[in-house]
Amino acid sequence: MSALDLASAVRSGERSAVDVIDEHLARIDARDGEINAFNQVTAVAAREAAAAVDAAVAAGKDPGPLAGVPIAIKDNMCTTGVATTCSSKILEGWEPPYDATVVQRVAAAGAVMVGKTNLDEFAMGSSTENSAFGPTKNPLDTSRVPGGSSGGSAAAVAADFASLSLGSDTGGSIRQPAAFCGLVGMKPTYGAVSRYGLIAFGSSLDQIGPFSKTVVESAALLEVIGGHDPLDSTSIDQSAFDLTSVLDRGVEGMRIGILRELSGGEGGVEGLSADVIARTNEAAAALEKAGATVVEVSVPSATLGLSAYYLVAPAEASSNLSRFDGVRYGLRVDAPTTGEMMTATRTAGFGPEVKRRIMLGTYALSAGYYDAFYGRALKVRTMMLQEFALVYAEVDLLLTPTAPTTAFRLGDRTADPMTMYVNDVCTIPSNLTGHPAISVPFGVGDDGLPVGVQLLGPALSEPTIYQAAAALEAAAPGEGSLS
Amino acid sequence: MTAHEPSLPEEWELVVGLEVHVELATKTKLFCGCENKFSHIPNTLTCPTCVGLPGSLPVMNEKAVEFAMRLGRALGCEIHPSVMARKNYFYPDMAKDFQTTQYDQPTNADGQLALADGTIVGIERAHIEEDAGKTTHVGGGGRINDATYSLVDYNRAGVPLVEIVSQPDIRTVGHAKAYVSELRDILLAIQVSDAKMEEGSMRVDANVSVRPTGSDELRTRCELKNINSVRSLGRAIEYEARRHVDLYTNGEAPRQETRHWDEEGGRSTAGRSKEDADDYRYFQEPDLVPLSPTAAQIAEIDASMPVLPAARRARLGELSSVADEVIVTVVERGQDGLALGAIEAGADADKVLTRIQNDLAVDDWSAVTSESLAMLIQMETGGELTATQVKQVLGEMAAGEHGGDPKVIAAAHGFEAMESNELETLVDQLIVDHPDEWSRFVDGDDGDRKKMQGFFTGQIMKATKGQADGRAVAQLLGQKSAG
Amino acid sequence: MEWSGAVSLGAMTQRITRDEVVHVARLARLSLSDAEIDEFTSQLGDILEHAADIEALDVGDVEPTLHPLPMVNVLRPDELCPALDRDLLLSQAPAAEDGQFRVPPILGEEP
Repeated sequence: MSALDLASAVRSGERSAVDVIDEHLARIDARDGEINAFNQVTAVAAREAAAAVDAAVAAGKDPGPLAGVPIAIKDNMCTTGVATTCSSKILEGWEPPYDATVVQRVAAAGAVMVGKTNLDEFAMGSSTENSAFGPTKNPLDTSRVPGGSSGGSAAAVAADFASLSLGSDTGGSIRQPAAFCGLVGMKPTYGAVSRYGLIAFGSSLDQIGPFSKTVVESAALLEVIGGHDPLDSTSIDQSAFDLTSVLDRGVEGMRIGILRELSGGEGGVEGLSADVIARTNEAAAALEKAGATVVEVSVPSATLGLSAYYLVAPAEASSNLSRFDGVRYGLRVDAPTTGEMMTATRTAGFGPEVKRRIMLGTYALSAGYYDAFYGRALKVRTMMLQEFALVYAEVDLLLTPTAPTTAFRLGDRTADPMTMYVNDVCTIPSNLTGHPAISVPFGVGDDGLPVGVQLLGPALSEPTIYQAAAALEAAAPGEGSLS
Repeated sequence: MTAHEPSLPEEWELVVGLEVHVELATKTKLFCGCENKFSHIPNTLTCPTCVGLPGSLPVMNEKAVEFAMRLGRALGCEIHPSVMARKNYFYPDMAKDFQTTQYDQPTNADGQLALADGTIVGIERAHIEEDAGKTTHVGGGGRINDATYSLVDYNRAGVPLVEIVSQPDIRTVGHAKAYVSELRDILLAIQVSDAKMEEGSMRVDANVSVRPTGSDELRTRCELKNINSVRSLGRAIEYEARRHVDLYTNGEAPRQETRHWDEEGGRSTAGRSKEDADDYRYFQEPDLVPLSPTAAQIAEIDASMPVLPAARRARLGELSSVADEVIVTVVERGQDGLALGAIEAGADADKVLTRIQNDLAVDDWSAVTSESLAMLIQMETGGELTATQVKQVLGEMAAGEHGGDPKVIAAAHGFEAMESNELETLVDQLIVDHPDEWSRFVDGDDGDRKKMQGFFTGQIMKATKGQADGRAVAQLLGQKSAG
Repeated sequence: MEWSGAVSLGAMTQRITRDEVVHVARLARLSLSDAEIDEFTSQLGDILEHAADIEALDVGDVEPTLHPLPMVNVLRPDELCPALDRDLLLSQAPAAEDGQFRVPPILGEEP
């Protein structure tokens, strides 16, 4: 049953929210020991919140558009009184005294949080293997990773632990796990969803977005979490999107470009597997069949995304993560002086990938290297924006694969950081440009695992993106062998 | 201005630049809605943002920006589009382990400050930044390096500051002190800070170096911190300059370093140099957007600019012939409005200013009005009160006694002008001595009568050295002519 | 400073050295074992080598972009918001005393 069907059943009184939540909690109980999607299941609070929804329904009050819908929240978003860890030892046990704006908004819409989901520590990773609390497994094949960094949120929806979930996407951390788990995953325009209460990784890249099984659920959740927030200076000053009403408009007359550099074209990024490229081409054909015009386009600087990203994101992260120093919250490892205490705490509290990125970012910002690295990467962002603007003068949206491959095996890519980083090659450009992008399941790979294709659009083109995503969903081949 | 100051040996010249931190008198902090005030109860003026809790975000206070621009304009600066930057360093009172400040694009640049004696000191920049919290060192007599532990209070964290950086244009200790008092007067005049050095809302660091007289080189400078009063500033600069001269004389040279002024010991001591002090890894604060003041905003600030101390001094200078330092003192105390009013009401300008300077050096003089002061000065001029009596009456006027009415106060003390029979004898003698004048008084037209009344009054004042009561004289003349 | 990091723009950066890794770790308040220093020296070198493509780029006249959507003057009114409950704030502190965060002695100069 979709989140929207559940909500309408709860709103009409046909189903009790408490029952809905209990059903999902039971599923979590039965299977999360194996999957490890959650860092914490908030069963008691969830039942209380569900009871409040039922009471509202009984009292004839509007319980909100997502009434009684179980939702999982990535454990890098602050939840009052509920431990928020970023899957890091350095924050273990920290209970924020405040809610992230998105957490408030989903609760106000009647959704019920069932737990906080696992992630790569501080959202740094593409497989959810870099968690202090152990890896999350892909519910479709538990020998595989769910992708990352929002792997727990993806797995929670794929395993029916929750109808919806929230992830954060700095370089692909929503879209790539959505592709690996056969879900719809959306990274909205930078500034479209408030970052207040999201524990920062790369502040100029981070965006929160929805996971769901269908496009319409994704649109409904983005409508709830989007819109201006005065607590986030980078929040765009406009009201929430209207997305659900445009989904049935089709792609007739739409111009869609296949982005050569990220879709296996010549001179583009390497390492895209043949089955993923094939599904992307089939998706293009399906859109064409549905009435869109499909052309091949080129954005040469898209191939520079990976390099620019792995300078910008770690640089910002190195500063964002300075505050974890053992003084005010979280872990402290005692030492004779404050300076030594800070070093001991950070050394013990951060995992290897986080340390690697802090080191890289500190280096990129340090005296003598700023111009060569961070400053230069910001200029690459400008070049990319200019080139994308030229392309968007010709086409409405772009199509690429979401990830180079289907879900890989646990442990396959942990030895060499670069082999992990290239996972983000197709998703990173949208973070650098701040543009919206969605991953929609489209068939399966040779291994029978889902393939995701990605639709990219210019800033605030969410309605167009969802319109095309709905058409892709409708045209997608039948269910894969595993789902 | 210091009349004589112990100077360096003639062959050496002092070179000083000042960095003044000023707390802005906004209601709330720079990036959050916490109250901006002093509180003895630690950590009660805090929120997620100013304690640097994970997930929190800054939003800029519009009043702080306005105050900063107003200060910039008062210092003759150009206002530029600006960005906030992060200055990264680890210290427990810096809640995020970076300070949000302005770096290469400050709001205000290229201004100047004119000292009371006309000397111009260039202003390099006046930029916006946040204050840090406060650490208290426990044990070891409160000294940082002997403490057994320290306590951190974040009430002050995030309080808006403007740092005003002067050019190294200051050549004497007197000018350094004059710079600080002039700056304080400006801050008070434009009402952006209470500018109290003793309470830390205005903090002065001095960059001190020396060079051979006549040379225009800039030699190694030392930054002096922990200067808590204008007096300390003078002592600290003097000490430091002599230390440099001694070093050079001995064939040595100072090291560029930060030194702490020890007021009690009357000396500066080197701080432990920090290994990474000059690698702050500045980069643009991604959680804030640029400031871009419009020409209209700047024009509005200029239009609302009050008359600044320099112009107020000039005005009093035009009206009087007292020494400059009298005017400087009166303007510094903010008593120039009172003086101007009294002068406009007809009181003698030099007497008004001298009285205010000598006899109104009190904190609260709000009970004295321009009218009452003018009346007092006229009583003095008219010989009703002796100088000693005026001083006493003015003191009681300031204290608000007898409704601040100088006549009532004088009467209450029985301060009377000369006995009337003595006065009558004098008048009779004058009539005999000046028969022509007397007949013009008795028989002349109104103009003559008035002129001659002035003549006789003047003669009597001359004879009584101003002790006679002018009104009593007028009365007597009237009686004699009628009678 | 025991290292100097001047880089001529446009030229290929030299591979990051072990000493630089040690220096950066100190800036970042991380303590690394010898093995970790070796590992990071090699891994950071690989990552930065990958960044050679943007180092080779001619970006002379290009303005940097931080925020993809240009926004300016996002300000809030100077209005009070309720403060956090101090007990709640300090309940998360590793060590607290007298309403304050307690830390070991701070050696060295205040910044």
